[in-house]
Amino acid sequence: MAAETLGWWGVPLGILAGTLRGSAPFLFVSLGECLTEKSGKINLGLEGTLLMGAMSAYGISYLSSTQWGISPAIAPWLGVLVAGLAGMVLGFIHAWLSQQPKVNDIAVGIAMIIFGSGLAFYLGKPFIQPQAPRLPTIDLGNLISSSPAIQSALKISPLFILGVLLAPLMSWFFKSTRPGLFIRAVGDSPDAALAMGVSINKVRMLCIIAGSFLAGIGGAYLSLVFPGSWSERISSGQGLMAVALVIFARWNPIQCLWASLFFGGAQSIGPALQAVGIEQGYYIFNAAPYILTLLIMVITCSPKKTLSGAPGALGTISG
Amino acid sequence: MTDIANQTEANVLPNAHTSATPPDLQVVNMAKHFGSLIALDNVSLHLKPGTFHALLGENGAGKSTLVKCIMGFYRADHGDVLINQQARTIDSPRDAHQYGIGMVYQHFTSVPAMTVAENLVLSRFESPNLIKWKEELEALNAFMADAPFKVPVEALVGQLAAGEKQKLEILKQLYLQSRILILDEPTSVLTPGEADEVLGLIREQVTDGKLSVLLISHKFREVTSFCDEITVLRKGKYAGTGAVKDLSVAQMAEMMMGEKREPQPVEKTPRTEAVPILQVEHLQANKDNGVPALHGLNLTVNKGEIVGIAGISGNGQRELVEVLAGQRPATGGQILVNGTPYTATRKEINQHCVFVLPEEPLKNACVAHMSVADNLALRTFDRPPQAKSFMLSFKAIRAAAANLIGTFKIKTPSPETPVGNLSGGNVQRTVLARELSSNHINLLIAANPCFGLDFAMVDYIHCQILNARNQGVAVLLVSEDLDELLKLSDRLLVISGGHFTYESEIETADFSAIGHAMCHSVH
Repeated sequence: MAAETLGWWGVPLGILAGTLRGSAPFLFVSLGECLTEKSGKINLGLEGTLLMGAMSAYGISYLSSTQWGISPAIAPWLGVLVAGLAGMVLGFIHAWLSQQPKVNDIAVGIAMIIFGSGLAFYLGKPFIQPQAPRLPTIDLGNLISSSPAIQSALKISPLFILGVLLAPLMSWFFKSTRPGLFIRAVGDSPDAALAMGVSINKVRMLCIIAGSFLAGIGGAYLSLVFPGSWSERISSGQGLMAVALVIFARWNPIQCLWASLFFGGAQSIGPALQAVGIEQGYYIFNAAPYILTLLIMVITCSPKKTLSGAPGALGTISG
Repeated sequence: MTDIANQTEANVLPNAHTSATPPDLQVVNMAKHFGSLIALDNVSLHLKPGTFHALLGENGAGKSTLVKCIMGFYRADHGDVLINQQARTIDSPRDAHQYGIGMVYQHFTSVPAMTVAENLVLSRFESPNLIKWKEELEALNAFMADAPFKVPVEALVGQLAAGEKQKLEILKQLYLQSRILILDEPTSVLTPGEADEVLGLIREQVTDGKLSVLLISHKFREVTSFCDEITVLRKGKYAGTGAVKDLSVAQMAEMMMGEKREPQPVEKTPRTEAVPILQVEHLQANKDNGVPALHGLNLTVNKGEIVGIAGISGNGQRELVEVLAGQRPATGGQILVNGTPYTATRKEINQHCVFVLPEEPLKNACVAHMSVADNLALRTFDRPPQAKSFMLSFKAIRAAAANLIGTFKIKTPSPETPVGNLSGGNVQRTVLARELSSNHINLLIAANPCFGLDFAMVDYIHCQILNARNQGVAVLLVSEDLDELLKLSDRLLVISGGHFTYESEIETADFSAIGHAMCHSVH
């Protein structure tokens, strides 16, 4: 409807709206993964963490507002917090398992995807039908335009703003704090870190748990902001794509932000075109994020050279 | 006396990093053992303030153990470290740093993905949690302005050349205000030019009285050009000390390698006419980092002859053996076995009956997680009787293994135990059993075959090698043990810097000429 009044302008507006709405989960998961990979471990399980976060945020928001008598304004924020905590629990399991001798973190990550999503589906069954209070949005559109199309496009979640602020904060953390430098040292050259008297296991444990906390928040965004309900198909692989996105972003938090916006935008190409009546190739446009992921992998991977910026210890079993 | 002691005590701690002269470091009667191995046996050393002191010794002489005890990595069994005549307990590198002692390791300890500035700030034991880069950079630039060599502060360490990385490691110690530098073979990764530059600049600091340096090395050239004094270790024992200007290279070599020794006579059957088995022509190969390691080697090993290759480790021996074993591609030249080109394919190995006893047998000649029986069968499993067409006969493999385990006295819980679970000596026996049990050995290539074994086993291996020779096997023996080479070889070559620098029949071999040739490098 919005697009009808705006005509073809609806397409860029739709993509912009989709970018602002849909990139937050990418952003949180990729920042979490960035933190994890900077310490030299890979956590593929963030897909499971994302689902677990989405389920627990929705469930807590619903239960606390309807059964525990908590105000609907606070309930979703409680959900966000619990989603982060649930992520931390999964993160702890991953960190503990993947640091056992001779354990491969990719294999543990795949197991954690299955475990996290399975647990979320199992516990989330009762929350598919009911309506939980959602997070409020900041209606920027109301300030600049009276057009309902623009108003609905420019609804921005405070969580998204938090994520956008987190990216430069993390970049600064890696550059200008002692813990940040230690994380990079552990991820890049564990031997050097050991020589500095840093406990590699402890640093990685903390990084994986903190990264999973962020991924859990990303899940809360899915169920409490956009699309704003809980179902088993809610993540559609966004957690895994976010892992690829970290490579695309060269392990740089600021570039993680740009890459997340890019992926969020790509995701909304299909719906935006559909809104102006282009039905042909709809599925192909909807597949844009997946095609992009593949393309990025093909372009950036080479058996002969290692990526610049890749933490040196990444993917080594003993390291 | 107590007054003076207390006074010194009060002075040492706060001024360790700022006093005009570096502290005086003495090691007295230090001993350290690992299990039954005595790594250090009552070793003493005196590093006087403002001197450049070399710690010399062959591999395994205990040099690294000694400095690791000083740095607090290891706790010595007994013995003292005296700093300015005060006995001090050093339990960690952090303690050592307190007394102004810093060490530069053989491998780089900087983080490649970080800048020089980040690495330097991170190396400080008490760097703040929040790093104010503006102030830090100003301080670093001021430090670099006074430093003996410059490294760009903003550059990524990973993009620095090896020489610059090594300079950074040394700068790191200066930045930490260490007054005693311990350098563990700092030039092993550098070109001779870079090595001279780095050591020369450190030498200037020492001459100015700002630093004391303890340099671990086995390069005589560096010792004679830069050092004031040497202390020599041999097989964990103190072998001597002296001023460099009073000693000749030959005397230092003798201290390192022990008294002049006569080859022990062994039963050798006289050789008949020379039939070349292994011919190496203009062989060239690179090290792992792409730098040439072998510069066109020529070598012939005849039937019934043991050719020994002596040399200080790291002069191309490893690369030579790896090329011959098929583990490393040659970049030039060719290898002939029985007169035909040889590229170490499995077919050629079987056809020419070439056997190899490489160093580090677990890494180079075993599959660590496969069983002892499987490892013993690696040469023969695809041939009858252990294989019938494409089926393996595990019964035959196990029977052969049980037989070899008995003959070679391999101590293993069972033939099914993974070979990686055995002790080093028993891994060595497993490889020996596999390589020496064949009835048709034509060429045997052995690299340090007795490293880390007990005397009985050493005698046994020597016997086996001699027996093989007497039966007409051509043997190439690469070893760092000169005694072993003098005892077994018919002909002796010395390798240095990837060239053969000496060749002689064993009867006419000259000990001091061998020592010279080992340290001689051809540019």
